Amino acid sequence: MTDSSTKNTAPEKTAAGPATPHQAVDHEPGHEKAEQAARIQEASRSFGISAEQYMLPAAQQIRLLDPEGELVPEDQQGTGPGHEYPIPEDETLLQAYEALVAGRRVNDQNYALVRQGRLAVYPSSHGQEACQVGAALALGEADWLFPTYRDTVAAIARGVDPLEVMVSFRGDWHCGYDPHQYKVGPQSTPLTTQLLHAVGVAHAAKLRGEDTVVLAMCGDGATSEGDFHEALNFAAVFEVPVVFFIQNNGYAISVPLSSQTAAPSLAHKAIGYGMAGERVDGNDMVAVLATLRRAVRLARENSMPLLVEAMTYRMQAHTNADDDSRYRDADEVEHWQRADPLVRLGKYLTAKGALDDDAESRIAAAAEEVAASLRQAMTAEASNDPLELFEHVYSAPTAQLREQREKLADELQRSTTDQGAN
Amino acid sequence: MSTATAAKTATTTFASALNTAMSDAMERDPSVVVFGEDVGPLGGVFRITDGLTKRFGTDRCFDTPLAESGIAGMAVGMAINGMRPVIEMQFDAFAYPSLEQVFSHIAKMANRTRGRVRLPIVIRIPYGGGVGGVEHHCDSSEAYYAHTAGLKVFTPASVDDGYRMLREAIDTDDPVVFFEPKKLYWSKAEEDLSALREQYESGASGQDHSVGPQGRARVVREGTDVSLISYGPSVSTVLKAAEAAAEEGISAEVLDLRSIVPFDDEALQRTVTKTGRAVVVAEAQGFVSVASEIVARVQERCFHSLASPVLRVTGFDIPYPSPKLETHHLPDVDRILDALDELQWED
Ligand SMILES: Cc1ncc(C[n+]2csc(CCOP(=O)(O)OP(=O)(O)O)c2C)c(N)n1
Ligand SMILES: [Mg+2]
Repeated sequence: MTDSSTKNTAPEKTAAGPATPHQAVDHEPGHEKAEQAARIQEASRSFGISAEQYMLPAAQQIRLLDPEGELVPEDQQGTGPGHEYPIPEDETLLQAYEALVAGRRVNDQNYALVRQGRLAVYPSSHGQEACQVGAALALGEADWLFPTYRDTVAAIARGVDPLEVMVSFRGDWHCGYDPHQYKVGPQSTPLTTQLLHAVGVAHAAKLRGEDTVVLAMCGDGATSEGDFHEALNFAAVFEVPVVFFIQNNGYAISVPLSSQTAAPSLAHKAIGYGMAGERVDGNDMVAVLATLRRAVRLARENSMPLLVEAMTYRMQAHTNADDDSRYRDADEVEHWQRADPLVRLGKYLTAKGALDDDAESRIAAAAEEVAASLRQAMTAEASNDPLELFEHVYSAPTAQLREQREKLADELQRSTTDQGAN
Repeated sequence: MSTATAAKTATTTFASALNTAMSDAMERDPSVVVFGEDVGPLGGVFRITDGLTKRFGTDRCFDTPLAESGIAGMAVGMAINGMRPVIEMQFDAFAYPSLEQVFSHIAKMANRTRGRVRLPIVIRIPYGGGVGGVEHHCDSSEAYYAHTAGLKVFTPASVDDGYRMLREAIDTDDPVVFFEPKKLYWSKAEEDLSALREQYESGASGQDHSVGPQGRARVVREGTDVSLISYGPSVSTVLKAAEAAAEEGISAEVLDLRSIVPFDDEALQRTVTKTGRAVVVAEAQGFVSVASEIVARVQERCFHSLASPVLRVTGFDIPYPSPKLETHHLPDVDRILDALDELQWED
């Protein structure tokens, strides 16, 4: 177990070192600074920048590939001291491309299944797949992912069996996979509640001396929720390695981000908690992966949280129940069509010679396999047992639940007898 | 109350029973962690966690930022990752910011994941009035939690139950909302906590006094004419009323529910079929309350044994009053005796 008992008794640690113009806040007795602040100071000093420059996002979003799949000139990438993002190796990018293609296939297959009335609901991440794949690939095996309703592709990219993911969208049970098996929390619907679970998982790991990193996802609109604030604050105060990953797709159902916040950007919120924030082009797979991998590494090395805001766009309606023509123009959607993450990475890898026709068809076949498993999930015989409704509410059913179970069993018995009689 | 060695009994407060229960649980199981607002060096505003940080260190008992949803939400994550969090809500009404985490996750996680993720969390809540507390410090909020499937709801009414039930709450794999009647904190009893500890840890307490996986109510006074059914802070008032009733020739049996969820229907049935009359007493507002539920269960299960309508003595359907008016709101001995008078005695 780590010893944090000295936490509030070592205020002097932060006083040393060269004063920067922004380092004005005094800390008198009774107003000691958290250790996190000292670590940030240390990190920023090693980059030759101020703590504020370190915590604030770079002046522009990190973008490594332009929409044509060309490498952005270094001086236009948004990178700089303390904000360096080396390009991941080809092998990793190829793996990401494969996951992107499969992810797109998942989104489109499920969209079709909804239209056929075979899925209860499916919040699509079409257009956001680079964020989905980046979140999954940035993590190590022992790390945890906390996704939302929109992050099905991230869960699958992390390794969750597509058949098990579909259990909830089919309407069979609220969560179909074992969170412990995959180290993936149940896809969370109550906005930002899962961010606090991420903090708790990281804190428990830290108390046991494990270096588990937790990546927790949410949308732009969700950042207005109280739990967003509480989670970021707890993570910073407890100095736990959580990467908060916001997919800013511009809308919360119909409400644009301008109606959610007056902050300069969502990444700017990080500094208020004493953590670093960065903004990245969420449709640039290379930049997303570079940014998230660095965030995960820093979180693990320094046991501290970071925030990453990815600028992206949801190409389809919020869910099948939504009519997006009521709140956004077709022109806007068209604009984002040109920023498609798959096309962009595909062009880059092809131009580099890392992706040839053979690889393309192998990747397409693998994606088709995933799609087939989704269709299979739909046709699989529903094995729902109504009596299971009483089974998991408590570790042992209460007397009342046993009575209610018997009642339902009797109803079921009678209805099959009735049917038999007809 | 029976103890192993009478010689060792000492005057013990409800508060110290709870405190000892936590430190004993922490001693035995390194995954038990305690956190909340001011629970660290201060020991909580009621001092129930007094000394835990000193004894077990800041990893095991620590202060959090002031945010109840954060406390409950972090407990979910820690429980997912192998811990048994015991969290303190500073006061009943200040637990409300945590309700989304409690209702949407703590209560539902096990069911959502088909039992794969159980959350052995204890949420300790000092509750109820009678202490002259100002607004937001005296609510009886048990019905909100009892109405939510997936939560267990315990409320001890005596020093020994305080110890035993908190140990059980910490050891159960289900989330437990543990309501501590704050007016009882400084109540005393002759108890031997080390005997209780031995009894609990050897599993011997099971037979008589444990709440058990199904919830076990306790007859705290035997009687034959009427059943007074109560829990938590009202039990002591009900016992006094039973005493007074005895002087008027009415023999009242007093049932302390202890566990609201799971509910001990058998004990309820046993006492009401025995006496044929029932009055339910609770501090909370009566409308759509735990008391209402008990009345409904009595009439469903004991209708043919009843000699008179089942009555309730509860708080009025008003927001909790300010200190100088609270005595008018709280069920007291006279109001319980009035209810007894209303029962149809000519049979
Ligand atoms: C606490 C809560 N309030 C409201 C909702 C209903 N709801 C579901 S998604 C959504 C919009 C969320 O927008 P954003 O966070 O931007 O994520 P996106 O859907 O764009 O991925 C709303 C309001 C909810 N799920 N949870
Ligand atoms: Mg959004």
